[in-house]
Amino acid sequence: MSIFDTFLNWKVFVQTLPLLLSGLTTTLALGVTAIILGFIGGLVLALVRLYAKSPLRQVAIAYIDVFRSIPILVLLVVIYYALPFVGLRLSPFAAATSALSLVSAAYSAEIFRAGIEAVPKGQFEAAHALGLSPWRLMGDVVLPQALRIVIPPITSNSINVMKDTALASVVAMPDLLKQATQAQALAANPTPLISAAVIYILILLPLVRLVGILEKRLAVRGR
Amino acid sequence: MTRPIIEMNNVVKTFGMFQALHGIDLSVKEGEIVVIIGPSGSGKSTLIRCINQLEEHNAGAIVVDGAEVGRGRKRATLIEVGMVFQSFNLFPHMTVLRNVALGPVRVRGLSWADAEERARRLLARVGLADQAAKYPAQLSGGQQQRVGIARALAMEPKVLLFDEPTSALDPEMVGEVLDVMQQLAKTGVTMVVVTHEMGFARKVADRVVFMDGGRIVEEGTPDEIFNAPRDPRLRSFLQAVLSH
Ligand SMILES: Nc1ncnc2c1ncn2[C@@H]1O[C@H](COP(=O)(O)OP(=O)(O)OP(=O)(O)O)[C@@H](O)[C@H]1O
Ligand SMILES: [Mg+2]
Repeated sequence: MSIFDTFLNWKVFVQTLPLLLSGLTTTLALGVTAIILGFIGGLVLALVRLYAKSPLRQVAIAYIDVFRSIPILVLLVVIYYALPFVGLRLSPFAAATSALSLVSAAYSAEIFRAGIEAVPKGQFEAAHALGLSPWRLMGDVVLPQALRIVIPPITSNSINVMKDTALASVVAMPDLLKQATQAQALAANPTPLISAAVIYILILLPLVRLVGILEKRLAVRGR
Repeated sequence: MTRPIIEMNNVVKTFGMFQALHGIDLSVKEGEIVVIIGPSGSGKSTLIRCINQLEEHNAGAIVVDGAEVGRGRKRATLIEVGMVFQSFNLFPHMTVLRNVALGPVRVRGLSWADAEERARRLLARVGLADQAAKYPAQLSGGQQQRVGIARALAMEPKVLLFDEPTSALDPEMVGEVLDVMQQLAKTGVTMVVVTHEMGFARKVADRVVFMDGGRIVEEGTPDEIFNAPRDPRLRSFLQAVLSH
């Protein structure tokens, strides 16, 4: 058997492609959901950390620190295998979405905080002097500027979330990696694994490039 | 109309251990043009920033348009106080037109159409009718500061505060901004201006206030301050700035 027949077997590829594509759909659904939830959660956490009064603010800080310390795989296993002992049984998709968004929110929060803090003090003062309410100050003046600043790191974080979706295969979620290993077993050939690896790269490589371009553009405009 | 629109009574401001204002008493009448001068670090910015509560004073009382401000009170009266900053502080992500129209829409409740009409009128007044669609970064410093003035005016404030509005400008642009301010002074709006432009103070001020070390050391008409200064600190300050 040649190396092509082993790793890049066309017949196996065609046979297992539907399985891989269904896995890809699950992976994308999981990744996109977690990215959106993490984005919203991160924004809220950042605002609470920056502007809430004492006890609430400490809660946000504790959350951010804890969820940046815990390995996602550990969190996922805890959510999926430990929570049922207290009566909370989540589907693999719900468990994986929770684990990924909980952690992504913590990282996003720090990114948003840095973005908000990078908006010059004079912008806040001008908004205050106009008499804008705190919500308007944030929505009209500060966040539009902060979001522009954080586009590259938030995109970077989204790439990480997408990559981490592969961890969901340990809780039997039929994502791209899980389907690929399944297909490999069925076909007794590793081609599906290679295919899956290529699919991951094809999806994430453009995003990685995009981050590079955005960072360069922002750096140019910054001076 | 001569009722005071700003009344500061024994106002104290500290930053940590450092006391920036030592019991300021200042009363500004409606329509009056007050220019504040003094050496760097004397507390001029701190004083006017206390008036619109960008800094909260620690003791004493500040009454603006009949209502006491600060120390936990609501910001309602502050809408009546507009501010023009040394560094312009325009909103860089909005067009010039939107910069000027934002406050009236969000705070005064105007429709965008009405606010933009008002904004166009004010931009014309500061000589920038044709720049409305640009972004701040596309304007010169002098133009940006005139937008800053239009933005403050759009709220139709009773008091306008200026903190060194020309200090960040290239010399050739100082005149265009001072001209706009001088025109403004004739319209009856109350103005409190911190500046190092002694020519402006002489020409436009009703009253000049000299600060040093967090205190008001001397105040009077421009004639009194510039032609018959009494306090030795004022005299040496004037000597220093006028010899340039
Ligand atoms: N946020 C702050 N924290 C600590 N100290 C401050 C702060 N703001 C001002 N000060 C201090 O208070 C004093 C008065 O400052 P202020 O800015 O009012 O002076 P100024 O008269 O406006 O000076 P300049 O002409 O340089 O603008 C200075 O000694 C300054 O260092
Ligand atoms: Mg100052």
